[in-house]
Amino acid sequence: MSEWNQLTVHQCRELLERGTCSSRQLVENLIEVIHALEPNLGAYLSVDEEQALRQADAADALRRQGKTARLLGIPIAVKDVINVAGQPCTCASRILEGYRSPYDATAIARLRAEGAVFLGRTNMDEFAMGSTTENSAFHITRNPWNRECVPGGSSGGSGAAVAADEAIAALGTDTGGSVRLPASFCGCVGLKPSYGRVSRYGLTAFASSLDQIGPMTKDVRDAAILLGIMAGHDSRDSTSVAAPVPDYQAALQRDLSGMKLGLPREYFIQGLDPDVEAGVQEAIRQCERLGARIVDVSLPMTPHAVAAYYIIASAEASANLARFDGVRYGLRVKDAVDPMDMYQRTRAMGFGPEVKRRIILGTYVLSSGYHDAYYLNAQKVRTLIRRDLEQAFQACDVLLTPVAPTAAYRIGEKSQNPLQMYLGDIFAVPASLAGMCALSVPCGFTSHRLPIGLQVIGPAFCEERILRAGYAYEQTTAWHRQKPPVMAPELHLTDKNDNEL
Amino acid sequence: MNYSATIGLEVHVQLATRTKMFCACNTDFGSPPNTHVCPVCLGYPGALPVINEEAVRLTVMTGLMLGSEINPFSKFDRKNYFYPDMPKNYQISQYDRPLCIGGAVAIEANGVAKTIPLTRIHLEEDVAKNMHVRNASSIDFNRAGHPLMEVVTEPELDSSEEAFAFLQALKQILLYGGISPCNLEEGNLRCDVNCSVRPAGQPALGVKTEIKNLNTFKGVFQSLQYEIKRQIAVLESGGTIVQETRRWETETGITESMRSKEAAHDYRYFPDPDLMPVVLSSEQIECWKALLPELPRQRCDRLVRQYSIPPYDARVLSADKAMADYFEEACRYYASSQATRSAHAVAPSAAAGDEKLAKTGPKAISNWLMTEMLRLLSEKGIDIDQAAIRPKALAELVRLAEAQVVNSNTAKDVFAALFEQGGDPELWVKQKGLVQVSDAGAIEAMVEKAMADHPGSVADFRAGKSAALQFLVGQVMRASKGKAHPQRVQELLKKKLTTTAN
Repeated sequence: MSEWNQLTVHQCRELLERGTCSSRQLVENLIEVIHALEPNLGAYLSVDEEQALRQADAADALRRQGKTARLLGIPIAVKDVINVAGQPCTCASRILEGYRSPYDATAIARLRAEGAVFLGRTNMDEFAMGSTTENSAFHITRNPWNRECVPGGSSGGSGAAVAADEAIAALGTDTGGSVRLPASFCGCVGLKPSYGRVSRYGLTAFASSLDQIGPMTKDVRDAAILLGIMAGHDSRDSTSVAAPVPDYQAALQRDLSGMKLGLPREYFIQGLDPDVEAGVQEAIRQCERLGARIVDVSLPMTPHAVAAYYIIASAEASANLARFDGVRYGLRVKDAVDPMDMYQRTRAMGFGPEVKRRIILGTYVLSSGYHDAYYLNAQKVRTLIRRDLEQAFQACDVLLTPVAPTAAYRIGEKSQNPLQMYLGDIFAVPASLAGMCALSVPCGFTSHRLPIGLQVIGPAFCEERILRAGYAYEQTTAWHRQKPPVMAPELHLTDKNDNEL
Repeated sequence: MNYSATIGLEVHVQLATRTKMFCACNTDFGSPPNTHVCPVCLGYPGALPVINEEAVRLTVMTGLMLGSEINPFSKFDRKNYFYPDMPKNYQISQYDRPLCIGGAVAIEANGVAKTIPLTRIHLEEDVAKNMHVRNASSIDFNRAGHPLMEVVTEPELDSSEEAFAFLQALKQILLYGGISPCNLEEGNLRCDVNCSVRPAGQPALGVKTEIKNLNTFKGVFQSLQYEIKRQIAVLESGGTIVQETRRWETETGITESMRSKEAAHDYRYFPDPDLMPVVLSSEQIECWKALLPELPRQRCDRLVRQYSIPPYDARVLSADKAMADYFEEACRYYASSQATRSAHAVAPSAAAGDEKLAKTGPKAISNWLMTEMLRLLSEKGIDIDQAAIRPKALAELVRLAEAQVVNSNTAKDVFAALFEQGGDPELWVKQKGLVQVSDAGAIEAMVEKAMADHPGSVADFRAGKSAALQFLVGQVMRASKGKAHPQRVQELLKKKLTTTAN
């Protein structure tokens, strides 16, 4: 059998249109690979084989009738925090175990309208709170490049599934780096759209003023394709913006002439892993070779970003997660004596330690007497961070930075030290707080053969710029085409004959 | 010692929108439980609220009617607390940027006119309805998310009478503006009251208590009467008032402690990140201002001017928008029928029958409404909209009475019949043979018969007992089955009694 699973979205489309393969073959291939790899990877929480095959057959039937659509018959993996009608949406939490979503998120509805097949639900940190996917209530996900390492988080399942070719492409969500970090740790492309670019309707909220759904893909073109389909105003989400959706694929050019790339000096500091720094510096030189001009910029508020982020995100989360109370859906403890008892025991049993930590933190920063000192000040810092970035974009088109100070680390290494783990978000959260867009593109490997991610940050609603920079860089390097070594011995694809791709 | 009471009200008003505050679910009352629900109003994971613009408009219109300042920049906040009737365990409400600030409601209580200033008017979402069946509880989410406007007064009401008058005045205005159906049985108006007492003359306010969730005006009145007495009794016996929330027990007629201030919530308000601020341009506000309906007081003045009815009538009629609408519609029919009916109009006379109902035109219509209509409505316990007699029919009935086609007593019977069954009064009068007998010959025959049948009364009259005349008139009226023109009968009788004597 062919390794259809290794295809990108645009390659799938080409082969499906040519009739080289069918959607059913594609999905069957993926299911086979998932069966082979999952015991060692844990990227998925659930795979709906039956429904995926039904959708694939329906897509093949449509294609035989001469119909076509941008994603017709192409399977997409979905982070378990985004609602797909009829599928589970546990958010990797015991409190939503057994819950099935009654509706499609708007992003899902738009992908479905283009013919996408929804193959399965990917693992994540519980309610997207975490940087390693270790906070899943069900199981951890391993990094395809080194099974002893974390895949990053919170969209670690999506990152691992794409990197290990268990998916053609996946959706993640990014609140403070949750798409970019796993993309960087797993060596795939991850795009966090500007706040308001993609509807949040149907995305189970963690921090409403920060959450965005973003594509996690094998190359930049795929990210442009998926974003183009999902983006745009949605009357169900008041925070989605009515700005026109440009043709993102048209923005993909092979050179960077005329582009000014800013290097924020606060991002190249002590504590930055030397291998990561070397990888990013080499990427910067490559961009210069492609015609870009490099300028030095300053983002002086950077050191305050993580604190502001954890206050604002936790405050919003404390309210957003209040609805998980055992009354209408999800877990409910038995034999509660009164509502308060039911709430307390249901939530004590249903939420994991990191979620509890953030609910308590968020409740605290909003409580009377502390509200102004924490929540209000954090909002002020947020404004200053946005101004920092806006000012920087006066001098450059996009910013180039590392996604994270380190590459993937060992499972368990930081899970006992939340503060240290939070600091790993330092390069990711400023773009989130400022509502700007950012892209993670593979830019090399550490001496331990772990992927490094280059972050391209752009002004709000300037996704074309980051896609252009990311694409030009990617097309002149081969990092994104490298496959994790762990996959080869596990595949056992020797039973069939052809190996075309 | 004398005490003064200080009262503030928070009135929750369900707005007359077709759909809920943040989703497209229907707001119909009385549907089977949990049939008007969706992921948004059930608080499902991932669902997001979208502001109902009509609810914003109705709230701003209320503010404009009550003279509030409209906030050009308003926003929604999350009010956090856990309760099973709250789908999200936070209520989307407005904290420090309400839609309307200030304003006032004019009231009259115990014969004294007073203006009650408002603190604010804001918009929020209603909660679900908990129902307790034996040892189980169930929740109906149909009401969850219904737009709820909260009108908050300054603590400037001094008595339960004023509180009652305030609610009536507010309700009247809300009905005039089409803001809410104000149906108390359906929970459209619910009230929290804050109340404290202090020795008369003491400047500092006493410790207040709050009575929550009163859904009748009578409940507000009675609970306040009780609570004021209770607080005074506590102070008189040397005790202190505890700041707390209390519950009104309708059956026993007392208030009971629910929770003290120590257990009060910290609502942890913060701006709802799911919603954009509401920014109202001055053009928008001016545009709504232009569409403001006429208010009860303005209408009262206009009714006096336009229809030349006494101020008392105008006040009674304009108190109820539907009544005033009815009155004006009837007057319009009356005016348009003037030309066609004037042909057989007879000069009206005020001598006989019910004097009030004998007035012409608008005043006659007003009299019918203030006497017969109000009496029958309250007897039946219905609203004027439900009365079968429509304004056009009343106008025609007034015409028939003026033209003396029917006498006033017959007209009353016709009114009562049409009140029940509806229809055209002229047709009814003809079908039932109720046309007034004004034919001189027929009346003369009946008068002569009555005099012949009751010679004693004739003698009495001639002996100077004028009361005997009324007896004889009554006999003639009875003989005519009420159809004889009473005035003619009287005139003729008088003439016969005196002339025959000569």
